[in-house]
Amino acid sequence: MPIGLSHFLVVAAILFTVGVVGVVINRRNILVVLMAIELMLLAVNINFVAFSVYQHNLIGQVFTLFVLAIAAAETAVGLAILVVYFRNRGDIATGRANLMKG
Amino acid sequence: MIGSILFYLFSAVLLASSVMVIAARNPVHAVLYLILCFFNAAALFLLMGAEFVAFIMLIVYVGAVAVLFLFVVMMLDVDFQAMRQGFRRALPLGLAVGTVLLAQLAMIVSAWTISPRVSKAAAPAQGMIDNTRALGRVLYTDYFYPFQVLGLILLVAMTGAIVLTLRERKDTLHQSVRRQLDVPVSAVIEIKKVSTREGVEL
Repeated sequence: MPIGLSHFLVVAAILFTVGVVGVVINRRNILVVLMAIELMLLAVNINFVAFSVYQHNLIGQVFTLFVLAIAAAETAVGLAILVVYFRNRGDIATGRANLMKG
Repeated sequence: MIGSILFYLFSAVLLASSVMVIAARNPVHAVLYLILCFFNAAALFLLMGAEFVAFIMLIVYVGAVAVLFLFVVMMLDVDFQAMRQGFRRALPLGLAVGTVLLAQLAMIVSAWTISPRVSKAAAPAQGMIDNTRALGRVLYTDYFYPFQVLGLILLVAMTGAIVLTLRERKDTLHQSVRRQLDVPVSAVIEIKKVSTREGVEL
């Protein structure tokens, strides 16, 4: 059975599910939450590239580049916020992040 | 045939390492598994024939994002064992969410039919220009303005990250440009008349 579009879509779907589960089970550890978000974006990218390649339409790959850049920006700002939060509070447990008032 | 074997190999490693990312005890290990994920995803992109995206993926994610993650994980002095206390309690909820989502996706998979217009193989058609050149032609013509906006977004993110993490420390020595410029000339320079064959007294 040759590798078709569905194979890649199934892999991406499983990867996305792993990312969602990672966000839920590591709620307290925001570092792993950020990594799980990266996994979800990776799954979306696999979908984009698979559709793009199998339909001979390059727009999907262009959009993958956009997703990549936005993911990099999001990671940079997220980690910067994390560093500032750690500097102010001494830990990064997100359960008490609602205390960060003012 | 060899393509199928490679696909299953890379997909299996990709999914296994993604599970390890969210299950690893040590966040440093999680980042390393994330890097493994990105390598395998890039290999999948290569299998599909999207070379440019594959290598950009490696450069951006492994070269920048993962290194950033490693820096932060190693810089923060956090008791990661204490953070895993909620792990066991959240595990049933996480698995429930995952099962529901996977069931929904499986329903979609079982219901769809691939359009006959979609090609059977990922290989580019004969006579087409290579991937990178084709992508460049689209990116720098039809998508030129989104591309520029993307650069601005990266600039804003970079500036934001620097502004957020920049810290003025009171206990370190700083060079004050204003104070340096405020010093009167007479305090630093003395003009002496040097007469011939007599020299200067210091």
